[in-house]
Amino acid sequence: MRLQDQLLFNLRSLSRQRFRTLMQLIAMAIGVFSVVLLTGLGEGGRQFVMAEFSVLGKDILIILPGRKETSGGMPPLTGGTRDITLQDAQALSRLRNVDGIAPLVVGKAEVNFSGRSKESLIIGANPEFFIMRHLRIQQGQGLLQIEIDQARPVCVIGPELKKELFAAQPALGKWLKMAGSRCRIVGILANSGTGLGFDMNNALIIPVASSMQLFDTQGLFRVMIDVHSLAGMNKLSKEVERVMQERHEGELDVTVITPASLLSAFDDILAVLTVAISAIGGISLFVAGVLIMNMTLISVSQRTAEIGLLKALGASSRQVRILFVSEALILCLAGAVLGILSAEVLLWLARQQFSDLLFIAPWWASALALIVALTCGLVFAWLPARRAANLPPVEALR
Amino acid sequence: MIQVNQVNKTFQLGDQPVHALNNIQLKISPGEYLSIMGPSGSGKSTLLNMLGLLDIPDDGEYWLQGCDGLALDTVPMDEEVRARYRRDHIGFVFQSYHLIPRLTAAENIELPLVLAGIPPDERKERLQPIIQRLGLEQRAGHLPNQLSGGQRQRVAIGRATIMRPKLLLADEPTGNLDSHSGAEVIELLEELNNDGITLIIVTHDMDLGDRAKRKIRMVDGEIVLDKSREQEPS
Ligand SMILES: Nc1ncnc2c1ncn2[C@@H]1O[C@H](COP(=O)(O)OP(=O)(O)OP(=O)(O)O)[C@@H](O)[C@H]1O
Ligand SMILES: [Mg+2]
Repeated sequence: MRLQDQLLFNLRSLSRQRFRTLMQLIAMAIGVFSVVLLTGLGEGGRQFVMAEFSVLGKDILIILPGRKETSGGMPPLTGGTRDITLQDAQALSRLRNVDGIAPLVVGKAEVNFSGRSKESLIIGANPEFFIMRHLRIQQGQGLLQIEIDQARPVCVIGPELKKELFAAQPALGKWLKMAGSRCRIVGILANSGTGLGFDMNNALIIPVASSMQLFDTQGLFRVMIDVHSLAGMNKLSKEVERVMQERHEGELDVTVITPASLLSAFDDILAVLTVAISAIGGISLFVAGVLIMNMTLISVSQRTAEIGLLKALGASSRQVRILFVSEALILCLAGAVLGILSAEVLLWLARQQFSDLLFIAPWWASALALIVALTCGLVFAWLPARRAANLPPVEALR
Repeated sequence: MIQVNQVNKTFQLGDQPVHALNNIQLKISPGEYLSIMGPSGSGKSTLLNMLGLLDIPDDGEYWLQGCDGLALDTVPMDEEVRARYRRDHIGFVFQSYHLIPRLTAAENIELPLVLAGIPPDERKERLQPIIQRLGLEQRAGHLPNQLSGGQRQRVAIGRATIMRPKLLLADEPTGNLDSHSGAEVIELLEELNNDGITLIIVTHDMDLGDRAKRKIRMVDGEIVLDKSREQEPS
């Protein structure tokens, strides 16, 4: 039988049983669709988290209070045995290979301006923080270079916060109230998205000493160190641990992490997650395959007379088998293409909707879904097709 | 052309064995016109299916002449070889037509050529004269359910003969037809026989059966009568 004739024969019988064809097509399309869409979303999420972390330069060390013994895992974000103090930070800033140091305190407080109020993120920092986080000022200036332990009633606010409190009114030089203390706005940040979970657009930045008074704490949330050269990174990290150990009576109760190590830890977790959700999609593909098998089985029993006739006319078992398998393959291929296309369309829509999330299905996901779909079709149609082919012609004709 | 030796076929019906073919001995020469008659359940269809290689006897020999003129025993043949034999040498006409409903009359007739992988140009060439001969020019593009019974059976005959087989088997070809279209179909079959094809018809209709030059009567799986018209005293 010639290929064109065979395809024509397949298409005829597919279009004859419209409902069955449609169901199989939808099942296969949904399977492939979910694989491609889920991997696309997973990849998008992973890229997003990666981008969050890469806001920090690669040449930055972060010191957290508390110690986690296992290396390579996630560092604890809160708690710890002993505070990291401003004096600790000052000591660290005297180490070699340190370009700058940013002690941070983070908290939440209600910020008021003439009747309007907003619960917002308060970050106690210093000018180095602006450099390390690449924060830009759209109006006014950043925090002044002052002694690190000096409190000043000044602040820099994010553009969103400014809009909430002042709308279109000028904000520079105005006094804000928060939790019993006051500060004057000296600068407004340029729009700069989120990073490491801090939404800088809604943040209020004050000198670190002021924030310690505000939240009544001696301990720093974390210390960021701008490292002069990447090459000295590991050595410096050891140095930092040694200094901190010395200052904390011989006990090592801080964690030093590099963005690179954090990044790779997250990357691993997220990659596993992506695979996991693709596997969920894979299950729906498998279900689609089983459905195709059932449908092909039904089709075989519905068409025994036709099979008998074809055999009576001289079709070989092989021909009959090929006819049924190729019918299933055509269905699977069409379903897979449909699924990939609709997933791509949806991912495109998602990209339009969330412009900072890069939802793109990796090419291997589509390729894999396609291959699995075709293999499913082949394997699951093979059994019924073989049954059809082995029917004795008399049996089929009666 | 056909030589059947000591062929038996039993079916198991519940715990009762049914001897559908009982020691069948038959010899058929090329170009013969046979009718097989007998009561219902006597094994006529079973014999025809066996002759048409749709069914395999339990034992015995069935020698069938191939295209090279050599007769071969088909009983031990591989199913794929039998399929090839059916395609090239044997045409079937069934009582219930067995047309494929989604294909037009012309496409149904063409189907064996398609299965045999013959290119479209040649198919068209071979199709045209047959459609003309069947008187189906006006109906060629119609689906089976748009055709009358007689027209459907003519389509089936066209399909059975388009591969130019040497043997044409018809199992009650007029069973579903009124006498007029039945007669038309029989005339068509006899015309084909006049052209040299070996024709075997199973029928319940005495008049139709009597038209054949050789009549076989079956009872309980046995051939009880086998007479040629030439031997009849007139
Ligand atoms: N597949 C089968 N399984 C069991 N018994 C069968 C089978 N095919 C035929 N038989 C039996 O074999 C016997 C002969 O059947 P066959 O169909 O050849 O009869 P027939 O002469 O064609 O009858 P009819 O005139 O009714 O068509 C019957 O008793 C039938 O029940
Ligand atoms: Mg019968």
